[in-house]
Amino acid sequence: MLPELSRDEILRYSRHLLIPEVGLDGQRKLKNSSALIVGTGGLGSPVSLYLAAAGVGRIGLVDYDVVDSSNLQRQIIHGTSTIGKLKVESAKAKLLDLNPDIQVDIYNEPYTSENALRIAKDYDIILDGTDNFPTRYLTNDVAVFLGKPNVYASIFRFDGQVSVFYAKEGPCYRCLFPEPPPPGLVPSCAEGGVLGVLPGTIGTLQATEALKVLLGIGDPLIGKLLLYNALDMTFDFVKLKKNPNCRVCGPNADIKELIDYEEFCGVPSHDHEDDSAVSSVDITAVELSERVKTNHLMLLDVREPHELKISSMPNAVNIPLGQLAGRLSELDSADDMVVLCKSGSRSMRALELLTSAGFKKVKNLKGGINAWAREVDTELPIY
Amino acid sequence: MPVLRIPTPLRAYTNGQSDVTVSGSNISEALADLTTQYPTIKPHLFNDGGELRPFVNLFVGEHNIKDLQGVDTPIKDGEKLMLIPSIAGG
Repeated sequence: MLPELSRDEILRYSRHLLIPEVGLDGQRKLKNSSALIVGTGGLGSPVSLYLAAAGVGRIGLVDYDVVDSSNLQRQIIHGTSTIGKLKVESAKAKLLDLNPDIQVDIYNEPYTSENALRIAKDYDIILDGTDNFPTRYLTNDVAVFLGKPNVYASIFRFDGQVSVFYAKEGPCYRCLFPEPPPPGLVPSCAEGGVLGVLPGTIGTLQATEALKVLLGIGDPLIGKLLLYNALDMTFDFVKLKKNPNCRVCGPNADIKELIDYEEFCGVPSHDHEDDSAVSSVDITAVELSERVKTNHLMLLDVREPHELKISSMPNAVNIPLGQLAGRLSELDSADDMVVLCKSGSRSMRALELLTSAGFKKVKNLKGGINAWAREVDTELPIY
Repeated sequence: MPVLRIPTPLRAYTNGQSDVTVSGSNISEALADLTTQYPTIKPHLFNDGGELRPFVNLFVGEHNIKDLQGVDTPIKDGEKLMLIPSIAGG
């Protein structure tokens, strides 16, 4: 039995009730439905706002982060007044302000192999709005194991992708991407940037697909992938088929339970700046500030040229990471060298490249120029 | 000649070019031409044994070459090829 709509709800949803494809029964269906949104960031913002506005009866939000000023260029569910607050709490307040008739359940925890099945099992659909490969594979596998649709979207700079991965009726995420790219090939948004409006465009498409699936109307993107490019303003569609060798949804699937996704992808399951312990190849910003006083050090900045306009270190030589392999002859392996980037990830890959090319006296500036700006030169901006 | 669309993450290896005109009558030849024009892209597409890496998805029109004849898939003049990247931002 579908729940009835109150007099207030009928007025609130009147524009839905006027559409024959939705109507009173469709709106009651939405009231009876539930959606789990993994990630309350760029995609999670428009997705959760529109699903709440549409009257999806129960919305689950998973995120363990706090609102940061650098989120607000695109994460429009949060605001300046919620900087420093938990994202799930900031988002819940906004959603309930938009629609007090729905239920919002929050999970202030990382989405992991330990808790994901428990969190997701009571929802009708799962929406993937995460920001990293391990959580995307986890979200897919959870959806396959629980037999639920995974409404997928992802973004990078000006590019967006949308699909509905539903193993009961079509391919899953792993059918298309059996393996993640090697660590470092695809920069995250924290490293590579993203146009602020892009998750708005892509997230609203993702919300549209979720509503279609919940209502059982239209032609959802099952077996199809939408590719959007904001610069060219192009929408391309490609067909996706179920992969007969898929390790989670194929006939001979060998992955039957959730795995260690960070190990599988070789990267951490977050898009934060590097928070790992200082390793033997690292030099901290404070150590570097001491070393430069007494030693001749070559500073190699592997960021893109446009980033140098934001912040830079005097006397650093700039060779963007993408060009490094072809420009090694410009460097002297006899030099003591410190490699730096924005936050320490690209410089670590540069260090690996240099080490494999025979450079032995190389260190990585831990935390990048942002750490230098925090700990040494506090006049320098952080980005 | 076929035109190959390069995804944003790989444009660092094609001098920023989003579309590269490639020559060849099948995917294998077209990719060989691409890596001749832009040698630094090669390790991102092929493993040490010269095989396409599993995460590389190449589409001819709207079809994945994995669902056609793989790198032997024939291509016609003017055909649109697309490399579809794994991206994870959200």
